[in-house]
Amino acid sequence: MSEELQEGVVKKMMYLNRKAPYGTVYALESLEVVLIGAAFDQDVSLAFVDDGVYQILNGQNTTKDSGIGMKDFSPTYKALGDYDITKLYVEKESLEERGLSADDLMDLVYEDEDDDWAEKPSIILVSREELADVMDEQEVVFSF
Amino acid sequence: MAILHTVNKSPFERNALASCLRLSKAGSAILFIEDGVYAAMSGSRFADDISAAIADRKVYVLGPDMEARGVAGKIIDGITVVDYNGFVDLVAENDSVQAWL
Amino acid sequence: MKFGILVNEGPYQHQASDTAYQFTKAALAQGHEIFRVFFYHDGVYNATSISAPPQDDRNVAQQWADLAEEHNLDLVVCVAAALRRGILDEEQAQKSSNTTYNLETKEGNGFRISGLGQLLEAGIQADRLVTFGD
Repeated sequence: MSEELQEGVVKKMMYLNRKAPYGTVYALESLEVVLIGAAFDQDVSLAFVDDGVYQILNGQNTTKDSGIGMKDFSPTYKALGDYDITKLYVEKESLEERGLSADDLMDLVYEDEDDDWAEKPSIILVSREELADVMDEQEVVFSF
Repeated sequence: MAILHTVNKSPFERNALASCLRLSKAGSAILFIEDGVYAAMSGSRFADDISAAIADRKVYVLGPDMEARGVAGKIIDGITVVDYNGFVDLVAENDSVQAWL
Repeated sequence: MKFGILVNEGPYQHQASDTAYQFTKAALAQGHEIFRVFFYHDGVYNATSISAPPQDDRNVAQQWADLAEEHNLDLVVCVAAALRRGILDEEQAQKSSNTTYNLETKEGNGFRISGLGQLLEAGIQADRLVTFGD
């Protein structure tokens, strides 16, 4: 981290994910920013909208032997809780119009240090109105 | 907060416009740039959606991108044309910028 | 006001870098400060020093380098994205056992390769982050 960085600046930052994984590199490289960004102690959330919901689908498999030969980076989403990234907003309408429900998504959780390390879900299903409200509060939005 | 939303995709090719209209709140600003400017044209099947947005949001289009594409003469009533200086002003006037890529 | 600029696409294929350039130029002319321009994804290709476009077209990498020289801009290329795509400076070339490198540098005012932390820092320190991409 740079020495120039002002101490104590905490911004509300959202990573807006609207693209499917593998077909383009945006999902993977967005995740790389999220992981690096975790060290900056900001108020971070992720939003999965439109094809972005495909990023956190269960059952992704890209094995080198029989698959597409690319790195399966989906396990990284499961590690986000360990990086204190615990707010993953998923727009219900985006799931529904793709014939999906919350059951089709990975089980993403974090351990709440304020609640005796109880395991809690990181995924927050929101309606478009609720998501619009959350987006409206953001000071910085990273879109890739 | 006042948010400036930018849309740079033709609405006929991608859903960036639809998602922006779905998730932008009343009072926010929307700016069409690059291929997004086709959404600012009158007579398309998206024109009614844009007119509805104009009722409670401020809608802008980047003039140089319309000129480049030969569509500057067909802008939906109520959309404000800005140049790059106007783009800069919109970014400064609003609290944050959200790009619908 | 302090602006951070994020460029996510390479030159020529997409208008993103051109729009970012025009925006940056206009912001500087108005007296705003550009905290940093960060190049990510294929945006790292904007930093190549060996592109050779035809005479009657703009040279996207060169015009960024010229603007940087004129206004002392900080043009930062993401190291991870750059190494994947074969954009290297002298140091990264040595580390990766490549004999050539191709990062546009111009008396210290051109592009430099650094980490994603520089993007986060731009998001935190600048008053606005403006993203150009596909």
